[in-house]
Amino acid sequence: MLTFVVRRLLLAVPVLLGVVFVVMLTIDLLPGDAVTLMLGEHATKEAVAALREHLGLDQPFAVRYLEYVARLARGDLGRSIQQNRPVARELADAWPATLQLTIAALLIAAGVGIAAGIVSAVWPNSVFDAIARLASLFGLSMPIFWTGLVLIVVFSLWLNWLPVGGAGSLSHLVLPAVTLALPSVAMVSRMTRSAVLDVLGEDYVRTARAKGVAETWVLGKHALRNAFIPILTLLGLQSGQLMGGAVLTETVFAWPGLGRLMVKAIFARDYVLLQGAVLVFALAFVVINLLVDLSYGLLDPRVGRQG
Amino acid sequence: MTAWSRFCRNRLALLGLALVVVLALSAALAPWLAPLDPTRQSLVEKRARPGGKYLLGADEFGRDILSRVIYGSRVALLVGVLSMLIALVGGLLLGTLAGFTGGWLDAVLMRGIEILLAFPYLLLALAIVAMLGPGVLNTTIAVGIWGVPAVTRIVRGSVLTLREAEYVGAARALGAPGRALLRRHILPNIIPGLIVYATLFMANAILLEAALSFLGLGVQPPTASWGLMVSTGRDVLLVAPHVATVPGLAIMLAVLAFNLVGDGLRDALDPRLR
Repeated sequence: MLTFVVRRLLLAVPVLLGVVFVVMLTIDLLPGDAVTLMLGEHATKEAVAALREHLGLDQPFAVRYLEYVARLARGDLGRSIQQNRPVARELADAWPATLQLTIAALLIAAGVGIAAGIVSAVWPNSVFDAIARLASLFGLSMPIFWTGLVLIVVFSLWLNWLPVGGAGSLSHLVLPAVTLALPSVAMVSRMTRSAVLDVLGEDYVRTARAKGVAETWVLGKHALRNAFIPILTLLGLQSGQLMGGAVLTETVFAWPGLGRLMVKAIFARDYVLLQGAVLVFALAFVVINLLVDLSYGLLDPRVGRQG
Repeated sequence: MTAWSRFCRNRLALLGLALVVVLALSAALAPWLAPLDPTRQSLVEKRARPGGKYLLGADEFGRDILSRVIYGSRVALLVGVLSMLIALVGGLLLGTLAGFTGGWLDAVLMRGIEILLAFPYLLLALAIVAMLGPGVLNTTIAVGIWGVPAVTRIVRGSVLTLREAEYVGAARALGAPGRALLRRHILPNIIPGLIVYATLFMANAILLEAALSFLGLGVQPPTASWGLMVSTGRDVLLVAPHVATVPGLAIMLAVLAFNLVGDGLRDALDPRLR
């Protein structure tokens, strides 16, 4: 088990180095120049050259990449250009908010999606099933930033129940978390429905029913346990989509997280900060999928023995 | 039963198709359908409520929202179709290359593709747009590149399976050159799957274009793009909610339409997947 975890984490290193490479190359090819942007259009040539040298931008790409990786190994992510603060500190300030938001959304997606999917599968083609499937179609088609604005209009402007934006209390979390969760709720309920329907058609479920096992036990012990593996895979993938969606949700609700930091960094051409933010997102994605892989072993004993 | 008649029995899919036709017509006939000039400003009538002269209201510059929504369908469809072509061409080239050559080239390509696929879709598109800069063309390129990895994987998978199929082996035994195998025997069998993917891709492309434009990194003002309209409406959300919500409704209907058609096509072309 431990060797499996260590091996997986080591495998993540080349992926992360690849991500850093791609991001740095991307920024390197940016048409806009960070230095001119910082100093303004009327800066003297000498000032621009001096700042370029100070930021290390006069070095060739390969040198900068290796230096960045070397500093990364020591936990140094550089200093952000705009704020001139250590990037590690800026990221540390922002990531708890994003983590809070994505975990809340993931819980909603898993809870509501799985419950709706199970009910749909147990009573297929019922009224509930029809409504749930229609709702999931809408859930997948609504642009997340627009859903957020509509929720603000309904729950903040008309009903005056919840705050428009910002962070700080549980009531601030409700609207962003629901907004972010909606597309995933739709995906998870669809997937759960088909996974549970598949398992309910299996021979072992028929056998269990034939020998008189209570229906709730058939569902809980035989069906759901087996259906959970594809659902879990999907939840892992959804967490990646949630991080992408967090960029939009945080922008809509002025949520002080990584996504908003990233958009700000793009607009400010703050490439050092942008690199750090992308790296954190990539790392989070690797860790989540590792957790998903590990949980297979808990649900399906066969996986554990092979690993 | 043919695929088309199976498709026609699916009422939701037909509804989707009808919506797609409406969308295409509104894009093609925008100058005749739009009641007013989409760029005409009227500051005295800014944020006019829906009804009267402005059927869906006016935005913060007093521009007619209905006209802008109609013109916006052009941007949505243009970006969607062009980025779909980029994704299909790129994915077909890379996928057949990887599937047919195999070996280290296949291994390296697919590792890269897996990394790209693992990346949250919006972050990838953001990175590409950050590189290219905003604008309609660059947004199209970013959305198209975002679609390449998935198409590559579908094509490669089909090529690998079909390459081993008996009829392809038979054609090869009869001396058919590799190019003929690909064109006559393999590509025609990939196409149904690709049509389904391309339709669903349109839905996602429209969403992605809207998201990028909403963030201010996609289509730039004064072009009428739905995402951009939602973004500008956001500033006046609390005084004039219709400015942001009406264009968003258009995005949702367009995405819903392509999702319905895509689902319907998948069920019709491959009944086993139901």
